[in-house]
Amino acid sequence: MRAVINKMSLKFESRSVNEAFARQAVGAFVAQLDPTMEELGDIKTIVSEAVTNAIVHGYADKTGFITVTVRLLEGRILEIKVKDTGRGIENVEQARQPMFTTGDDTRSGMGFTIMESFTDKLRVRSMPGKGTMVTMIKLLQERSA
Amino acid sequence: MLHITQAESDGVLTVSLSGELDHHAAREAIEQSEDLMALYPCEKLVLNLAGLTFMDSSGLAVVLHLHRTCARSGCDFVVRGTPPQPMRVFEAAGLPQVMIFERGE
Repeated sequence: MRAVINKMSLKFESRSVNEAFARQAVGAFVAQLDPTMEELGDIKTIVSEAVTNAIVHGYADKTGFITVTVRLLEGRILEIKVKDTGRGIENVEQARQPMFTTGDDTRSGMGFTIMESFTDKLRVRSMPGKGTMVTMIKLLQERSA
Repeated sequence: MLHITQAESDGVLTVSLSGELDHHAAREAIEQSEDLMALYPCEKLVLNLAGLTFMDSSGLAVVLHLHRTCARSGCDFVVRGTPPQPMRVFEAAGLPQVMIFERGE
């Protein structure tokens, strides 16, 4: 196990206005690692995707809490967990397929594809009726001082 | 916050998006763009993204929606001035293979 250098957790209601809050807060926390512009953009994007999924699908017909936990691990490894206690995903493999969506025309079905593309590892654990937890690992480039 | 402005000249309608385009803003972006296309029937729609400071996959839905609307009404469609972060999202989804992305403002 790698040592945890720093950790933070955010808990907020599943309102779409909080998508911006979540990605900006995570971006501000990660700034201490001095990520490149591209890395910072990727991090904000994956947080936005995972939080949007929780709002649109996890809590489709109600409001609930979303928890975002970020750990900075030794070796410039970033671990982001986005958790909801909503309705869960029946078929995770199907949900991860490009262009698959059960959302309306504001959804492209590309959220998981973008998350997979911008992370080094993506894990989705879900139980129908209990909720979903998405874990994303991203390795940041070494920066010369 | 997303801001939407428009300009029309010689059959070219330019819709410019600035600020952050996410799921929260996507519905408004689609509806406003559709309203503008109905108000200004055009031969070409230019979606100018030069002012975007953030975009996630919701932006893909907006662009695909406008691409389809243009295809149906026989109007050309281009995306112009996309900054690096939104461009990475478009590239990850393979959109540059199916529509035109132009440089410039």
